[in-house]
Amino acid sequence: MTDTPLTDTPLTDTTAHPNRGQAIKGATNLGPAYHGRLGSRFDAVYVYEAPVRIWHWINAFAILVLGVSGYFIASPLPSLSGEASDHYLMGYIRFAHFAAAYVMILGFLFRIYWAVVGNRHARQIFTPPLLSMKWWGGILYSIRWYFFMEPEARKYVGHNPLATFGMHFGFVWVTIFMIVTGLALYGEGAGMASWQYRFFSSWVIPLFGQSQDVHTWHHVGLWAMVVFIIIHIYAAIREDIMSRQSMISSVTSGWRTFKDDRPLDEDH
Amino acid sequence: MRETFYDVMRRQGISRRSFLKFCSLTAASLGLGPEFAPTIAHAMETKPRLPVLWLHGLECTCCSESFIRSAHPLVKDVVLSMLSLDYDDTIMASAGGAAEAIVTEIVEKYKGNYILAVEGNPPLNEDGMFCIIGGKPFVEQLRYAASNAKAIVSWGSCASWGCVQAARPNPTRATPVHQVITDKPIIKVPGCPPIAEVMTAVITYILTFEKFPELDRQGRPKMFYSQRIHDKCYRRPHFDAGQFVESWDDEGARKGYCLYKMGCKGPTTYNACSTVRWNGGISFPIQSGHGCIGCSEDGFWDKGGFYDRLTDIHQFGIEANADQVGKAAVGVVGAAVAAHAAVTALKRARDAGDKS
Repeated sequence: MTDTPLTDTPLTDTTAHPNRGQAIKGATNLGPAYHGRLGSRFDAVYVYEAPVRIWHWINAFAILVLGVSGYFIASPLPSLSGEASDHYLMGYIRFAHFAAAYVMILGFLFRIYWAVVGNRHARQIFTPPLLSMKWWGGILYSIRWYFFMEPEARKYVGHNPLATFGMHFGFVWVTIFMIVTGLALYGEGAGMASWQYRFFSSWVIPLFGQSQDVHTWHHVGLWAMVVFIIIHIYAAIREDIMSRQSMISSVTSGWRTFKDDRPLDEDH
Repeated sequence: MRETFYDVMRRQGISRRSFLKFCSLTAASLGLGPEFAPTIAHAMETKPRLPVLWLHGLECTCCSESFIRSAHPLVKDVVLSMLSLDYDDTIMASAGGAAEAIVTEIVEKYKGNYILAVEGNPPLNEDGMFCIIGGKPFVEQLRYAASNAKAIVSWGSCASWGCVQAARPNPTRATPVHQVITDKPIIKVPGCPPIAEVMTAVITYILTFEKFPELDRQGRPKMFYSQRIHDKCYRRPHFDAGQFVESWDDEGARKGYCLYKMGCKGPTTYNACSTVRWNGGISFPIQSGHGCIGCSEDGFWDKGGFYDRLTDIHQFGIEANADQVGKAAVGVVGAAVAAHAAVTALKRARDAGDKS
């Protein structure tokens, strides 16, 4: 974060609400000089660009399909009777799993691409500032806030530090783990000549020991994702009510608004 | 000049016609196509027999038991003659010092030109004292016999992975061969035991071409271990249809439905059982109504019940499967979230009360 000379007109224009036109310009290139200028009730910052929002909801749907179909692959529905040729239930469940998996994988690759070309908020969950003591201090503050030990939340444009931490380790890395192990399992069925086997199964399965272990850890990954989803949704709703900025409306519209006029604690 | 395989076979009273039939069968079972049958025949007529030392460490001899039941070729007529099996303490006639002297003789006389077949594995704890062969720890005999070997065949899951004697907590520290001998090419033929025809086909391939068949990354011959049981299982249509045996002796079991829910490890086991089958191609476990236990997979003995679809995870320090761990985690997190929400609501109500 470098100091940016204060050349624009002040961002806080109290006559218009939300003062979007100016806010967009400022929001992508904020420096400490703006502190105290952005973050009032009349500001709106464009945080979640349209591709990020569309990806979020497609990804959420894909994960829902993956979770349900994956659970029923491990613990199938009650047996059907009659002839094998009358049914194709497991086949459809597995198809849904694989189709949703490819949607999620391509979406995730797109999301990484967008982290590079999108605005700086698009990078946040991929690049936590692990070497910043201030950031770790922010995590501690957020934990204290969640344990009711601080009177109010800090004010951020993007994720609070604890959320960045959770998104990075609880979502990004879990997703990567599920993609790698998932493609390794897919490669087993696709056969040794497939690219999935060559690039994933061939080293992932020996790494874990054997195929059954990869299945088991892929299944643990499902539960890790469920835990993430519970915390993610709860935190979003709670922050929407308790924090000092907008949450749920932001991931629909993309705009972050604020509930009081005091300055931002962090412009990221 | 040393005897060729063909010499030995003729001496055993095998007709040339039977010999050529064997060559065709071997070519077919190796997936080589008919034009390779003359190549195999030629090799057997001209090549001197490569001596094979067959050592036994910690094991149950099920590999030998399987091997001697090979039907194509019949072990009695062909394999024991075909192989110059110079040492195998289980089935050799000599015993004691005379038998042990053969190991020394082969190692010194055929430097770099004999195959070492290992059944079982060496225990390393207490300097290997848990397995004594001829008064010495097996690990010493193994290291000595491997020192001049051209290549090593690890028969069965014991030699390949460790198997039951390496099960937790592995008190004798039974160790698979490739972790003890690291400077020789090793082919793993896992299974408890491996399929008889797989064993004879692998040894035939090595003797015919004087090289290993193509191996996968873990050292298993791809021709037999490149697909899972599940991929070629004759009950696979029932799996895809969603037709499962729910309990032993139910209607599904009688109709031959998929054994997935009964813990069949076919979907995670690389072996040729569903294609080559056992006992001369008569049957294999799933065909007999019992799930695969995954005996050719590394660590199959430590994954919890053979009848569980989800197997145990040891990393959490408790014996639990992924669903138990996951549901516990979701329960704890769910309860924590609910409690947190309740406290939050109380706090908000109290704060609102303070303000008014």
